[in-house]
Amino acid sequence: MICSDTIAAISTPNAVGGISMIRISGPDAADVAGRVFRPVSGKPLNLYKGYTGAYGTVFDEEGEIDNAVAFVYRAPKSYTGEEVVELSCHGGIIVTRRLLRAILSAGARLAEAGEFTKRAYLNGKMTLTQAESVLDIINSQSEQAARCAMTALEGALYRKISKIRDRLVAETSHITAWIDFPEEDVDAVKLSFLRNELIEIKEELKELIRTFDVGRIVHMGVNTAIVGKPNVGKSTLMNLLAGCEKSIVTDTAGTTRDIVEETVNLGDVVLRLADTAGIRKTSNAVELAGIDRAKKRIGEADLVLLVLDASEELESEDVELMRVVRTKPTVVVMNKSDLGLKIDKEYIERDFKHSVVISAKEDDSVAALNKAVSNLMNLTSLDTNQPILANERQRACAGAALNQLDAALDALSFGMTLDAVNISIEDAIESLLQLTGESVSDVVVDEVFSRFCVGK
Amino acid sequence: MGYYLGEYDVAVIGAGHAGCEAALAAARLGAKTALFTISLDGIANMPCNPSIGGTAKGHIVKEIDALGGEMGRVADATFLQSRMLNLGKGPAVHSLRVQADRTAYHARMKRVLEGQSGLEIKQGEVVDIRLNETGAVSEIETALGAVYKVRAAILASGTYLNGKIHVGEASYTAGPDGSIAATGLPGNLARIGVELRRFKTGTPARVHRRSIDFSKLERQEGDEDIIPFSADTEGELRNKVACYIAYTNEQTHKVILDNLHRSPLYSGRIEGIGPRYCPSIEDKIVRFSDKPRHQLFIEPMGLDTDEMYLQGMSSSLPEDVQLAFLRTIKGLERVEIMRNAYAIEYDCCDPTQLLPTLEFKKIPGLYGAGQFNGTSGYEEAAGQGLVAGINAARKLAGKEPVILDRASSYIGTLIDDLVTKGCMDPYRMMTSRSEYRLLLRQDNADERLTPLGYKIGLIGKGRMEKLQQKLDGTEEELRRLEKVVLPPSEALNNLLVSRETSPVTTGVRAIDLLKRPQIGYGDLAAFDPERPEVPREVAEQVEIRLKYEGYIRRQLQQVEQMRKLETRRLPGQGFDYHTVTGLRLEAVEKLNKIHPLNIGQASRISGVSPADVTVLTIWLEGERRGRHE
Repeated sequence: MICSDTIAAISTPNAVGGISMIRISGPDAADVAGRVFRPVSGKPLNLYKGYTGAYGTVFDEEGEIDNAVAFVYRAPKSYTGEEVVELSCHGGIIVTRRLLRAILSAGARLAEAGEFTKRAYLNGKMTLTQAESVLDIINSQSEQAARCAMTALEGALYRKISKIRDRLVAETSHITAWIDFPEEDVDAVKLSFLRNELIEIKEELKELIRTFDVGRIVHMGVNTAIVGKPNVGKSTLMNLLAGCEKSIVTDTAGTTRDIVEETVNLGDVVLRLADTAGIRKTSNAVELAGIDRAKKRIGEADLVLLVLDASEELESEDVELMRVVRTKPTVVVMNKSDLGLKIDKEYIERDFKHSVVISAKEDDSVAALNKAVSNLMNLTSLDTNQPILANERQRACAGAALNQLDAALDALSFGMTLDAVNISIEDAIESLLQLTGESVSDVVVDEVFSRFCVGK
Repeated sequence: MGYYLGEYDVAVIGAGHAGCEAALAAARLGAKTALFTISLDGIANMPCNPSIGGTAKGHIVKEIDALGGEMGRVADATFLQSRMLNLGKGPAVHSLRVQADRTAYHARMKRVLEGQSGLEIKQGEVVDIRLNETGAVSEIETALGAVYKVRAAILASGTYLNGKIHVGEASYTAGPDGSIAATGLPGNLARIGVELRRFKTGTPARVHRRSIDFSKLERQEGDEDIIPFSADTEGELRNKVACYIAYTNEQTHKVILDNLHRSPLYSGRIEGIGPRYCPSIEDKIVRFSDKPRHQLFIEPMGLDTDEMYLQGMSSSLPEDVQLAFLRTIKGLERVEIMRNAYAIEYDCCDPTQLLPTLEFKKIPGLYGAGQFNGTSGYEEAAGQGLVAGINAARKLAGKEPVILDRASSYIGTLIDDLVTKGCMDPYRMMTSRSEYRLLLRQDNADERLTPLGYKIGLIGKGRMEKLQQKLDGTEEELRRLEKVVLPPSEALNNLLVSRETSPVTTGVRAIDLLKRPQIGYGDLAAFDPERPEVPREVAEQVEIRLKYEGYIRRQLQQVEQMRKLETRRLPGQGFDYHTVTGLRLEAVEKLNKIHPLNIGQASRISGVSPADVTVLTIWLEGERRGRHE
């Protein structure tokens, strides 16, 4: 076996409704699962044979989470070829995420994009001919993960984490400057001051982890942007899908100025919809801000519904929009068919595989749209797990940093020398830097030279 | 046009700290070696700070010694003052630094080179390196037209390549310390495919001892107990000089700020990139304008001279400004400048063109070492020279290359950083650059590297036995201590309380007390009557092993993880990573540029993400199966 650690991730793609499954793979899979799962039978999970299941409850520090089924696979007879436990519980984002966290604190590491598949391959569970497609999966998953990570990096959570990271870097660069330039007049590191700083930073980090969920419940589903030039019927479409009036609908172009968000079920898929301000050249400042946000929204979206007015000929703004969304999974919605069909349908179909002609005022339009979206979703592997992972990854990094800060504080209280204490602080920074992939050494060295006047 | 004058296995170009180690290592390993230098009087010169060692650099000198290099021995034989820095900040960062006698160091190293069999020293400027039809190094030519057949060449040109000195508005072509620059070689290097770039560094003024009022300065003495760099050094060591500390003041800063427009740096005449850790005094004053004063060290250049070095005052301002600002400093009111401060620009290479053996990836037989590779510092240079010399000789003998990994040494960390990440400004070693620094201590450099030095043939039996004694002695004493139980006593508890650690009420194992940071090995002597006489270095190892046990264990686990990845070899030069499905474009470009030797090195390239590493791992496994199925 090549991999020595145990990994876990939510393995059901659409995590709303039905059953959610978390897969744990690696040498300690049964032990890790045993720390969060209590079987009704009372028999420990690591005594179960392969291909057997157990019914019981999953729990974390705060108590019971849900009823669940654990299915045990013994190496090498599993998907990855490793020891595997799959925990299935009733769906629901909150429940699944809480369970994932419990598993991560029980000793598993959050799986990287494509990591289960990679392990399966490395353990000989796939043939050589499957290799190429595996690489493609990892590629697309990592691209999605990167995009989600980028989105996450703009979030409030990340801003808080970077603030904490900067404080830690300030401490460690002071220690480093003092150690690496002992002959320069760098102020001596005062241990009591360092301890107080670390305690404060630790409390901040703890608070951050505690409030991780409270502020905002993430609606799961396909992140969908509805775009189109003003007054083509985006808001009507949104209201049609949502089943109630969400956007202000008027006949004046440019009325929708805020992004209105809604989660809707469209057949098998859950769409997280955002209705954006119409994109058009404008001098109205309020509207301009809305348009900027809309363009950004397209960048972040997994799916774009491009709305065009079927009763008019294509305008340059429509063509420009078609250019902007071309690289995105897109369904072109030709709306207002009740007013006659003047649009060049063939021209559009040449560039976009998925299009539909509807009248958003008619209820049967939903079925047509449903079909087009489903077709597209089946052809494109949208991994809706990624936004969760991006957030869970940040939380996991924050948790690891907290442990390392504890180690640093323990070392300080014990009276260890600064070379040892500093290693733990750097480990904490490294955990936080994993979010951006920067190297600790580079960050610290840069900081030393920018903050301290050192050098012969 | 030229005339044929002989044949060597290895030609070393440049006799600075890199060149000397390279030439000695190659000759000692049996290669017929020639060391070329523009002037024999420039051998092992210290054109900047007359000092060896310091943080992380002291570690490197210990490592050079442990591998069988020369720098530590020569420094021990010629030092003027020795200090162990960072005592109290932990054993990983203890660093030895000596004030060196510049001319004695040069003379001593020159004698060592002269006495080395298989090594010829030649005064001459190498102006061309030629390749044979396979693209490998085959000939070099000097400025006089002498042509030598060679099988390998090591470039250790320091700041000589197209060197240009700047002092205020004046600038002229020159090497360091007023020597001539090497102007013939750069063009020809570019012709054989070496990519050159321009770096810059600087040095402060040297002033006459009699013009300094020492009564106004702080005095700095050396250590009482002196620890040598080299395991070969025996006998009593003593300090011969003191150093002094002075400070700039508001007046100094005003003179400098008023004349900033006359600095070639601020007027844009210097294009080279200067080192961040070695800012000129004008840089310090501009960038840290809130600091009311800056510290400078006044250090003797040698016993045979009255020249004093002003550490911390490097500058490229004009001569008259230098004199004016120095004279504002308390103690230097009547100072006489003997050599003025200057900045020097020079050609060097982008080290990502090199393999971890320091051989050019695309030019077999050509090696780079020292400042030519973009580093700064005598110690960094010497470490690379040693590695280049070893590898040149071994390759010619048909032996496996010697690659020092990051967990083995600071030298390995330095080289890995250079060839994997490159450097944007002259690279100085710092303890913070090593993620394994609790393992890479100056006190265990012998344990880490001497067995390797012995294996390759640079270390003799005697040194190996000495190391074995140290290791055995440490194990033995640890085993003994494990059984020693100290009964509680008033005396013991007085000691514990005086060190602010908790007293004991029952018998306590000696090793448990020694794990407390507050208690040293020596402290327990009185309570441990059976204790044998152990050498200082054994006592030190015992203490470190016990106190840092947990950290050492954890770092060793990390090393094991890292080394696993280092065993997965990737294809060499010529392989096109575009053919690997699933890599991001940025990763493809970086991998095609660096051509890392293995997955471990690939994972350290900036721009290669963990997902790319996964793709590479899978691809590699596919290739392996493809070859075997």
